[in-house]
Amino acid sequence: MIHQYKNNGYNIVLDVESGSVHVVDDAAYDAIACIVENKLEKADKENALPVLRDSLDLNKYEISEDELFELAGEIYELRDSGQLFTEDIYEKSIDTFKNRQTVVKALCLHIAHDCNLKCQYCFAGEGEYHGRRALMSFEVGKKALDFLVANSGSRVNLEVDFFGGEPLMNWQVVKDLVSYGRSLEKTHNKKFRFTLTTNGVLLNDEILEFVNREMANLVLSIDGRKEVHDGMRPMAGGQGSYDLILPKLIKAAESRNQTNYYVRGTFTRYNKDFAADILHLADLGFKQISVEPVVAPKDEPYALREEDIPELLEEYDKLAAEIIKRHKEGKDFNFFHFMIDLEGGPCVYKRLSGCGSGTEYLAVTPWGDFYPCHQFVGNEDFLMGNVDEGIVRTDIRDEFKECNVYSKEKCRKCFAKFYCSGGCAANSYNFHGNIHDAYDIGCELQKKRIECAIMLKNALNE
Amino acid sequence: MKHIKTLTTRDYKESMKKGGCGECQTSCQSACKTSCTVGNQSCENTK
Repeated sequence: MIHQYKNNGYNIVLDVESGSVHVVDDAAYDAIACIVENKLEKADKENALPVLRDSLDLNKYEISEDELFELAGEIYELRDSGQLFTEDIYEKSIDTFKNRQTVVKALCLHIAHDCNLKCQYCFAGEGEYHGRRALMSFEVGKKALDFLVANSGSRVNLEVDFFGGEPLMNWQVVKDLVSYGRSLEKTHNKKFRFTLTTNGVLLNDEILEFVNREMANLVLSIDGRKEVHDGMRPMAGGQGSYDLILPKLIKAAESRNQTNYYVRGTFTRYNKDFAADILHLADLGFKQISVEPVVAPKDEPYALREEDIPELLEEYDKLAAEIIKRHKEGKDFNFFHFMIDLEGGPCVYKRLSGCGSGTEYLAVTPWGDFYPCHQFVGNEDFLMGNVDEGIVRTDIRDEFKECNVYSKEKCRKCFAKFYCSGGCAANSYNFHGNIHDAYDIGCELQKKRIECAIMLKNALNE
Repeated sequence: MKHIKTLTTRDYKESMKKGGCGECQTSCQSACKTSCTVGNQSCENTK
């Protein structure tokens, strides 16, 4: 499959199945489109020439017929080297892939189903996940880590995210679990990579010192401009949290040398001009920034609507152009959703299978129940087991294991499938009632982000 | 090439040969938590 697009003055051609990216001039852009349109992918330059000559206005590109022949040669040379018009060979091996042995390699520990903020858009229902307030005990956490080690096979790197609610409301248990995890590393030949996701309210020097020593990643929640942040992320009494958390977040980012962390925000229908929020965070000095579209029930006033899509796509373009401008001024920052690893990115197996929820990745509630991921917590239909009995509902695990880009009709023909790997199962379930669909607004935004990311890869290296 | 510049990318087909070791990060562990992004992740074997 070929995907062609123009962005920020660049003509880009993606050969989806090989992963090749070509930046081309106008003549090549139109010639490739013409070859696809006329189903000449398997032809050769001699056969293609008459069709190209009849279809393209050579004067427009200021090229001669000889040069057109030369261009056709370039196109078919790429085809012969497996970089253009590549066929899909992966679907054939999907059955082997579906029957693969999976191990558990990551846990999202819900250390606290409680929160000291009352964020309006919280999918965890202000931290309680529509259930009861609870803190995870050390005993439950310990059993979860034991389960992870026991079910991780020969995989060395294990990831554990301390999540909530607000995990700092149960900080002693976090510290105890980190040291318990470390005690398991040598004897079991494992390496824990811990992540803490926090709203920053309780962040202090003692916590920061521990986090910087032990946590591979730190995710700090902030939405951007003060009025935007305070509007959605108030304290229990209704007052905004921006002024309280900002100095703490700045200090945390600096103390980690502006690396191995993210400030992470959410944009909603209330700030469709979200590029301004990202740039605000960049202006504050943050270098690792992630701001994501809210995922919310359709009837919420802050939920993104289909009619918002054009405006949101434009916002990503605006942001990408500004990133190029700032790069030239030496003011670079990373925007998580524009980061793409073209040279060393994941193998095709990873690209087919997605995030690993329900198989390689599980969420653990404060009382030790397993769910396919944090977004399914609270939905009893997805309760998979617990830290004492392990995975009881293997049928749920198997359904998630079946999930891949070819199991989703919408994804099969989408150019973005090997970059998003079929999207988020929870989003699919929330909008369509099953995990083999896709959240359409999310897809449109994702596709634009991928286009921008690839354009930036070229633009920033020029 | 005169008309086409090809960026260096990982060949998916090649990645089938040595792929699937499973040592890579799970997608949701980085910064997203509400979407699935895989293309921005690194392969532990090509580092």
